[in-house]
Amino acid sequence: MAEVTLLDAINMALHYEMAHDQNVVVLGEDVGDNGGVFRATVGLKEKYGCKRVIDSPLAEALIGGVTVGMATQGLRPVAEFQFQGFVFPAMEHLVCHAARMRNRTRGRLTCPAVFRAPFGGGIHAPEHHSESVEALFAHIPGISVVIPSSPQRAYGLLLAAIRSNDPIMFFEPKRIYRTVKSTVIDNGEALPLNTCFTLRKGRDLTLVTWGACVVESLQAAQTLSELGIEAEVIDLATIKPIDMASIIKSLEKTGRLLVVHEACKTCGVGAEIIARISEQAMCLLKAPPRRVTGTDTIMPYYKNEDYFMIQEDDIVDAAKMLVEGWK
Amino acid sequence: MNVLAMPMHRFIDHRGKLVKPLPEWADLMTLKGFYCDMVLTRTYDNKAVALQRTGKLGTYPSHLGSEAIGIAIGRALKKSDVFIPYYRDLPALWARGIGMEKNLQYWGGDERGSDFSPDEERCRDLPFCVPIATQCTHAVGVAAALKIQGNHNVALVTCGDGATSKGDFLESLNCAGAWNIPLVFVINNNQWAISVPRAIQCGAELLSDKAKGAGIEGITVDGNDVVAMFDIVTMSLDHARKGKGATLIEAVSYRLSDHTTADDASRYRSEDELQQAWEFEPIKRLKTFLIEQGAWSEQDDISWQAHCKEVIETVVDHYLSMTPQAPESAFDFLYEQLSEDLLSQRDLIINKAMRMQGGNHG
Ligand SMILES: Cc1ncc(C[n+]2csc(CCOP(=O)(O)OP(=O)(O)O)c2C)c(N)n1
Repeated sequence: MAEVTLLDAINMALHYEMAHDQNVVVLGEDVGDNGGVFRATVGLKEKYGCKRVIDSPLAEALIGGVTVGMATQGLRPVAEFQFQGFVFPAMEHLVCHAARMRNRTRGRLTCPAVFRAPFGGGIHAPEHHSESVEALFAHIPGISVVIPSSPQRAYGLLLAAIRSNDPIMFFEPKRIYRTVKSTVIDNGEALPLNTCFTLRKGRDLTLVTWGACVVESLQAAQTLSELGIEAEVIDLATIKPIDMASIIKSLEKTGRLLVVHEACKTCGVGAEIIARISEQAMCLLKAPPRRVTGTDTIMPYYKNEDYFMIQEDDIVDAAKMLVEGWK
Repeated sequence: MNVLAMPMHRFIDHRGKLVKPLPEWADLMTLKGFYCDMVLTRTYDNKAVALQRTGKLGTYPSHLGSEAIGIAIGRALKKSDVFIPYYRDLPALWARGIGMEKNLQYWGGDERGSDFSPDEERCRDLPFCVPIATQCTHAVGVAAALKIQGNHNVALVTCGDGATSKGDFLESLNCAGAWNIPLVFVINNNQWAISVPRAIQCGAELLSDKAKGAGIEGITVDGNDVVAMFDIVTMSLDHARKGKGATLIEAVSYRLSDHTTADDASRYRSEDELQQAWEFEPIKRLKTFLIEQGAWSEQDDISWQAHCKEVIETVVDHYLSMTPQAPESAFDFLYEQLSEDLLSQRDLIINKAMRMQGGNHG
């Protein structure tokens, strides 16, 4: 079976679900003839027509609001925002409406919508094209946040998101859109939206990460292994709800926690995970937990971007400190 | 009907013929100056695309085809006016006196490209705005401030046709009418917003019709005719300067390039349409007109083009030889004062940059 990219997997999931559920519609800027600026929606308009694949005017608040409206009427809209940095005009619709529809109507109406957006840095893009603000959305009651990091998980998680009866923010790590490849079985099987995935077993520390950082984390784990340190690498995948049970189970074995994320440090999801560990499983820790995160800066324009991206040795250094500094 | 040929405010048509007598200000010297500016900015544009292709510039949005709009704006604004540009506005900024090196820096991934001071007088101009249409609301704020300050300066904001679909644009227009502020909106209607054609943005025949609901003047101009553009922009600025309020100018033009260097317009746009649009572009018509008036020759053109190439080469050399922006500069303008935490994050980046530049990791 041929290997496909993460982007192909997104496209496969959309094709699969549109073929199997008439209620699935795709909308956004440039999603039709152009197949989306990253080509995630390629071929959908040709196959399902312009009633189900809708090029919207350039207006994110409109896209947000229209998606909410459609979702209340039994459709399953999948809206595309071109970049996470352009979701903000739609924020009001996401926070005040999509997230609250079920609660506000006491379950009479729901909002089974997926809001997709590429996120993260590392592709030398202009300003506002490199944001990682998953924590902002994770903070909102009523929405879930999902971030795939491999083709198979992108496929399975997107199917699950479309089938979910609640609104899902589905953030795609664009840095690895085309660089991470694997085989995907196109059988319509969804993955759970409440479970993280252990990508590598290890006894010395638990490394929790998500999105594009999974790549550097796995590389770091390999390097660490050569130094005699075995890291258990967990892809969080569902940022909200967080699967703390799996993380705690891993900590029972390793006793050391390292969280790696590209987003800014302050109030990032790493802080949430560490706070929960200190509430629920402090006694398991053999060393203070550590974070490798982005800085609390605006992502610089591309010339200096690499210095602000998490590199493999940032992770290796932190892991070594965690293990060797606290023997 | 081809929208580029529609009847609208125009002096020189695409064949270089006068369709009505030139306005008084439009002597041949002035028009030659416009022409030379447009050729220079096009030379720059070609070079910028080439730099991107060779990895010396990041993603770049070409302004090919909108030179007349930009040069007219840049020349019509007074120094003391405030310009609120969008990302395709190099010609206007340049005609206003902002060095092209700044634009190369900006698209080359260096924040210093938005620093128009201290060597420029026009440091009240806003930097490029990437989130579509948000600059329109800033422009309302700028214009309101100018009105409050009572100095008869005017704000001018630009955006694309796609941007007119956003609430920000419509809310700004509405407010500009209600507040009677000195603001000129210029829509660069280049017919496409990435892959979405003008017709899919809204059902109105003319984007200038959107002015009606806001109670301000709306006018559609041939954005490929620099004379018509300069004429209308100047009149609108005067109108605003006299306290008579805002104007919406729809400049009808065509994006002859891809949306940016990351785009491939052949996916959604026909070659025929593009070829036809080239017949209407702004530079050729003015050249034909000037030659017919005996004010320009093919020989002049060859010399000017060669001169432009030299100028641009110098600009590029300058850009390429600039010292890199310090990595820690991402912290240096974030707050007036950095907290201890940010200072230690800053140190972290300095060390990391040294490590990455040195390549050693122990
Ligand atoms: C709020 C927002 N949404 C999406 C984008 C991505 N984007 C960049 S340019 C563009 C099209 C703009 O078209 P238009 O306003 O017609 O201007 P043009 O580029 O054609 O000059 C889009 C959708 C963005 N920059 N900002």
